[in-house]
Amino acid sequence: MNRVWNTPGGIHPPANKRQSLTLPIGYPKLPERLVVPLIQHIGEHCIACVTIGQQVLKGELIGVVDGALGTSVHAPSSGIVSAIEARPVGHQSGSLAPCIEILTDGLERWVSRPKTRDYRQLAPSQLLERIAQSGICGLGGAGFPTATKLTFNGAVPISTIIINATECEPYVTADESLMRERADEIIAGIGIIAFLYDNTPRLVIGIEETKPEACAALLAASHASAIEIVQIPSKYPSGGERQLIYTLTGKEVPSGRIPASIGILCINVATTYAIKRAIIDGEPLISRVVTVTGKACGTQRNYQTLIGTPVQHLLDHSGLDDSRLSKLIMGGPMIGFDLPYASVPVVKTSYCILAPDASELAPTAPERACIRCGFCAEVCPVSLLPQQLLWHAKTADHQRLEEHNLFDCIECGACAYVCPSHIPLVQYYRASKGEIDAARADKANARQARQRFEFHQLRLARLEREKNQRRKARRAAAGSNPSPSSRIKAPKASIMRLSSADIIAAAQGRTTGKKPTAEQTLNKLRRNVSTLQMRLEHAERRLAAAAGETADKQNSLRATAEDARQKLHRGEQRLTEQYH
Amino acid sequence: MVLQAPSAAHSGYSTERIMHRVLLATIPGALALTWHFGWGSLINVLLCSLCALACEALVLRLRCRPVGFYLRDCSALVTAVFLGLALPPLAPWWIVVVGCVFSIVIAKQLYGGLGYNPCNPAMVGYAALLLCFPMQMSRWLVPHSLLPEDIYQPGLWESLNLVFGAADWIDGMTGATPLDVLKQQTGMMIEQVYASQPVFQQAGWAGVGWEWVNLGFLAGGLWLLRMRVFSWHAPLAMLGMLSLTALVYWDSGSSESFGSPVFHLFSGASMMGAFFILTDPVSSATSIKGKLVYGAMIGALVFVIRSWGEYPDAIAFAVLLANFAAPTIDRYSLPRSYGHARRGTKTSGDGDQ
Repeated sequence: MNRVWNTPGGIHPPANKRQSLTLPIGYPKLPERLVVPLIQHIGEHCIACVTIGQQVLKGELIGVVDGALGTSVHAPSSGIVSAIEARPVGHQSGSLAPCIEILTDGLERWVSRPKTRDYRQLAPSQLLERIAQSGICGLGGAGFPTATKLTFNGAVPISTIIINATECEPYVTADESLMRERADEIIAGIGIIAFLYDNTPRLVIGIEETKPEACAALLAASHASAIEIVQIPSKYPSGGERQLIYTLTGKEVPSGRIPASIGILCINVATTYAIKRAIIDGEPLISRVVTVTGKACGTQRNYQTLIGTPVQHLLDHSGLDDSRLSKLIMGGPMIGFDLPYASVPVVKTSYCILAPDASELAPTAPERACIRCGFCAEVCPVSLLPQQLLWHAKTADHQRLEEHNLFDCIECGACAYVCPSHIPLVQYYRASKGEIDAARADKANARQARQRFEFHQLRLARLEREKNQRRKARRAAAGSNPSPSSRIKAPKASIMRLSSADIIAAAQGRTTGKKPTAEQTLNKLRRNVSTLQMRLEHAERRLAAAAGETADKQNSLRATAEDARQKLHRGEQRLTEQYH
Repeated sequence: MVLQAPSAAHSGYSTERIMHRVLLATIPGALALTWHFGWGSLINVLLCSLCALACEALVLRLRCRPVGFYLRDCSALVTAVFLGLALPPLAPWWIVVVGCVFSIVIAKQLYGGLGYNPCNPAMVGYAALLLCFPMQMSRWLVPHSLLPEDIYQPGLWESLNLVFGAADWIDGMTGATPLDVLKQQTGMMIEQVYASQPVFQQAGWAGVGWEWVNLGFLAGGLWLLRMRVFSWHAPLAMLGMLSLTALVYWDSGSSESFGSPVFHLFSGASMMGAFFILTDPVSSATSIKGKLVYGAMIGALVFVIRSWGEYPDAIAFAVLLANFAAPTIDRYSLPRSYGHARRGTKTSGDGDQ
């Protein structure tokens, strides 16, 4: 039996998992429309590589990675691209994101699937390429592009790979059902991951001891491999990445670092399944297991759901009773968020749709003042002081918030769960993190602007200095040929040191140097004449318009016109002279 | 800051439930007080409750806050009950009223109400009364078993008359508390004091009545601890430090001694302070380390004030002093968070992320 370390804090909310595990993973009927967001992962938006009206096959690439971090998007079913536009996606703010809508044709015609019988024939770099092309990102919720994660290497090589099979959040059973039914494929996926590393890292599956069936299935599937399966005590949030790493290894990931910095890689169990499907079956990530649960659903079970399936479609399929629905949550009851619309699509990171009735999830009680009871600090898995964080969040004391390690908060919601004053603590922390990030960005911008300004000033000073140096150099080089400026600035000294012949020569040189060509003079005179003509016309117009004005005004205008006429005359004279 | 209502599941804990449990837990102590000292404490509690609720409602009204919503959290009631139990039985009614005004209006609502008061409201009220009306505040009744033969413990009606000034006090009704007795008996060995004074003669270890009152509050406190209303850190640190300091000066009961640790643990308001006053979360330190420091500080201060101070008991002053220190204690008692170096030195946040 492997040693297990105990993390501080944690809570034991009612599991509520049994109701969605009575039936095996189901397959909902194909929705008419699939809405595939171009961003379902951490990183940059994908760029659509299809056009409206284009026929796509199941598994065809429709969005390509743009930028350093991201993962591609594929058509979940065959059909026609009917729209590429911003649509509401699963986010608390109800925000829009670019999506590709596909009108399914019901034929489910696949693109060619490059099957691999023995992945050991391929080089690790080829496997990574395939994983990247299959659009796989972390399916545990965060959605970090998996291929990128698998290439992380800190100062220490990866020595331990942890498969996160805890699924500690109440109600959620997507991973558990997958483990029960498809343990072989999960183990095969883990094998592929292990093959990517030459130093044969330790492979550990961390699973809560409340999942004996899933554990037995994994044990049966992995008997011939070196994979360790460690059962850990059930408590929320034991499945947080950092918490699980500590539970299984006794090591803490340093604050602000990633697990790879201490040689550990943590991958969700559903992701390993997706890797197996991608490499061995050649299928990109176009579907995932989603738990649809809550008492407002007629049937509570897990569904193998195509990415882009509208939540409403899943709920209809589960026989939702609208009248009982108290709220609609994407994700679990702890870290999930309220969905503003049921039309939003299932994405790669949607592991649960929770449709509880009022008896399951009571409407939020009004918030009271914090009495600093400290229950929150007792349950915090990171050993923060949530009550102090709240105090500083309310007063926007960013410095104190950072001193109290706000950014180590994993937003698990254990503090809010036990808060007797019903304070939505995590929401306060998220808002504060946002404020601090914005303030940091402002500060960085200000710093950049200041640097630019200072650089600009430096550059001006340098130009000035160079000009002066050039001037000095010219003066020194000229010696017998002083420039006009030097003559003006220090006339006596320079003249006295020069002979008269020099001065004449210099003056001649200047005139030859400065004298414009005949053509230039002619052009200048022509421009002059045309300007004077315009001025005269203008003056005559004003004189004509001033018929009803006072005599004084008329006289002055007349004088102006006369002046203009004379100037024009002189100009014309000079022009004719120049011609000759 | 405007926040969306969260969807998160909730444990069902509530402020009201905590307050109800605290109120329930005072019953054994209140019963012991009533048994030994008559109706006075109950009258105090009742008067305090009415007055505190009235004060709270009035100020909430003035502050344009929903009165019913805030009264329902029962925090004013808890403060009132603590104050009522702390006041000497049969204290004149106006003492109670002044105390409530100090507690609720000044110490609590003027600072922003529940959750924002820097000091324990009940103790502010008590300390203010002790400073303003020392005579009335140090007039403790004699436990009924020690009353002279010709004097009976006043019944309910007589008690009410005494509280509202309709009857006069009889000399024999009041007497020195064990803490007073021990303090004034200089030049005698502790054993001699115990042998000569009736308040100790008939008692086990800490004075007639008082040891039972303290046992009552201890029982209530242990129940709250079991109900996880508060953690053990502050009470244990306080009682531990009090015993420790008492032990240091015990010198096996010479004439210079200030009394045994057991005597200090079960005298005056030790147990009530440890389990009901110290554990007021609003005004105490917040982290585990902080609570230990906070409790220990109170324990030491209680002994110091009892032994060398002018006042008979010390809980109120010790708690108030520690309340002032709590923010500083909090500042220097941050727990080590996950992923941070053990010795308080911060690992820099520059990551490969």
